[in-house]
Amino acid sequence: MSDAFFRTEMTPPKAPPITERGVVKWLRENLFAGPYNTILTLVALYVLYSLLSNVIPWLLNGVWNANSLQECRDIVAASAGEGATGACWAMIRERWNQFLFGLYPQDLYWRPALALALLLVAIAPVLFSRVPRQLFWLTLFYPAIAFFLLWGGSIWTPIVAMMGFGVMALAYRLLVPLTGVTVAAMLGVLAAVLWWLLLDARLAEMLSTAIPVGLRSVGSDQFGGFLLALVIGVTAISFSLPLGILLALGRQSDLPVIKMLCVGFIEFIRGVPLITLIFTAALLLGYFLPRGTNFDTILRVIILVTFFAAAYLAEVIRGGLAALPRGQYEAADALGLDYWRAQRLIILPQALKISIPGIVSTFIGLFKDTTLVSFVALLDPLRGVTSVVRADLNWKGIYWEPYIFVGAIFFVICFGMSRYSMYLEKKLKTDHR
Amino acid sequence: MAEASKMQVSDEIAIQITGMNKWYGQFHVLRDINMTVQRGERIVICGPSGSGKSTLIRCVNRLEEHQQGQIVVDGTELTNDLKNIDKVRSEVGMVFQHFNLFPHLTILENLTLAPIWVRKVPKKEAEETAMYFLQKVKIPEQANKYPGQLSGGQQQRVAIARSLCMRPRIMLFDEPTSALDPEMIKEVLDTMIQLAEEGMTMICVTHEMGFAQAVANRVIFMDQGQIVEQNEPKEFFNNPKSDRTKLFLSQILGH
Repeated sequence: MSDAFFRTEMTPPKAPPITERGVVKWLRENLFAGPYNTILTLVALYVLYSLLSNVIPWLLNGVWNANSLQECRDIVAASAGEGATGACWAMIRERWNQFLFGLYPQDLYWRPALALALLLVAIAPVLFSRVPRQLFWLTLFYPAIAFFLLWGGSIWTPIVAMMGFGVMALAYRLLVPLTGVTVAAMLGVLAAVLWWLLLDARLAEMLSTAIPVGLRSVGSDQFGGFLLALVIGVTAISFSLPLGILLALGRQSDLPVIKMLCVGFIEFIRGVPLITLIFTAALLLGYFLPRGTNFDTILRVIILVTFFAAAYLAEVIRGGLAALPRGQYEAADALGLDYWRAQRLIILPQALKISIPGIVSTFIGLFKDTTLVSFVALLDPLRGVTSVVRADLNWKGIYWEPYIFVGAIFFVICFGMSRYSMYLEKKLKTDHR
Repeated sequence: MAEASKMQVSDEIAIQITGMNKWYGQFHVLRDINMTVQRGERIVICGPSGSGKSTLIRCVNRLEEHQQGQIVVDGTELTNDLKNIDKVRSEVGMVFQHFNLFPHLTILENLTLAPIWVRKVPKKEAEETAMYFLQKVKIPEQANKYPGQLSGGQQQRVAIARSLCMRPRIMLFDEPTSALDPEMIKEVLDTMIQLAEEGMTMICVTHEMGFAQAVANRVIFMDQGQIVEQNEPKEFFNNPKSDRTKLFLSQILGH
């Protein structure tokens, strides 16, 4: 007798037995597997029922046409009987514009609306690779265009400010052959900062007196609602990513000074609550800046929020950098790529791809944190505008509706970002694991 | 297989290492290395793990820094001068144990990246060169796939082709077959033999003694950071001089 065996025919695949598939199996396994699970299912069903039995009538009784909260309540009582509850969406119908634009002058709503439309066009080539590359020109000049549309004033202000970037690029171009990339970039930034501090205001003023072209100017105190949230959010997001990348690279630098500066910056900013920074931006910066510089509150807040997000991003990206095998750096070195080319072509594309979920989480957090500007008397959509609305006697006492409305808009935007990040991850997945 | 003696070695010096020492902190990894490589030489470096053989060839393109002595590659001395380092690196190709292909780029992009960005070769020309070398390592049909879709042996051949696209004058191989399944070792070795036959100056850290016997014109045995013995392959394998070499050879050839 021997155990030797050999197969003459391969067994074909078969379907699983009937008790192991279908809805019945799913129900049994997931909801009613044993007495303990069954009890939990029943309890959960009861909780769900009591929640929905309150919420659904409230939503169904919602009133869209009324002029005050009292009128809403009367209508609900008349249609659904005494004691019934109902949402008062009429408030939103009347005040939606304040949730979107704050106290921005009503006859100028076209300006933020146009700025938003252009924003969607300008970020398209950044988000999707199939969009024509020429659109990048719009992306490049969009900050100036948006600033001009939103704040108005002389057209020369944004143009002269953009020229600062021109100065940066020019200085970099001229210096690169002499000093190498790193030093040239630093000096370029320095040149731009000098431009903004010393020349910018004077030149803009000169030009606007010579050729006065402009739009009616709108002060920062009139901004509010989602206009404010988007201005701060979009600007901070687009500037914090490059800054975060530089900080992450700086933290890994071999040069002790750069490394120390980056670590110090990151640890300080991360160690302080955002509200502290926003307070600093709004109140203290006024004392520190040279006298006479009229530095817009929103701009200050944007700068501090950018720093805050950049510090977090730097750590997220550092995680991505650390996840790359050392062999990638060595292969890039061995091929003769210099530091910046190796970073740009080999290291960052992979490190950023790994960090996408973390980066987008930081962005979403940043966008929602823009509501914190209500602490420095800016009209954020959540607390700022809602309190303006409640200050009206007609809507005094309204509670859930504004939060639901604002929350829904935030959700749509943040969920959009989240879905985009998943799309991007899928698109960039090339490792075939 | 190739007959090693047929391959020409010229008098021109490709690499000259004199009195070179290297430390990792307090640990003396490379001790008093003296070594001359002539153009066209095929050198195999072997030795137990931790003997410093990988570190030695990584010093040749400055992936590792040496602290004492002199390394001159193609007439350029390796110092802290970044320009010299980049010059040497663009002349010296390197193949790694774990291939180190760029996973986010296609095979073709892997091959054209350095020629385009370092050598400033026009894209079209770089792609033609890339296809030429892909043909040479016998996988032109994989050009538009990603590294992750290829087998280990194919990836290593791509890595060799990637180095060749830079038209290097010297090739360094750091245990190129150690991470491969036995079935794939041969295809990589065949590619390396082909290269040797064409007169490429090569330094290979490898445990493939068959390859050493067939291709190398010199075998170097290292232990504890030192060159213990070097000789032409026939003498090295048949008549080793040092006891340490004898022990090593008996261990790797004895089964």
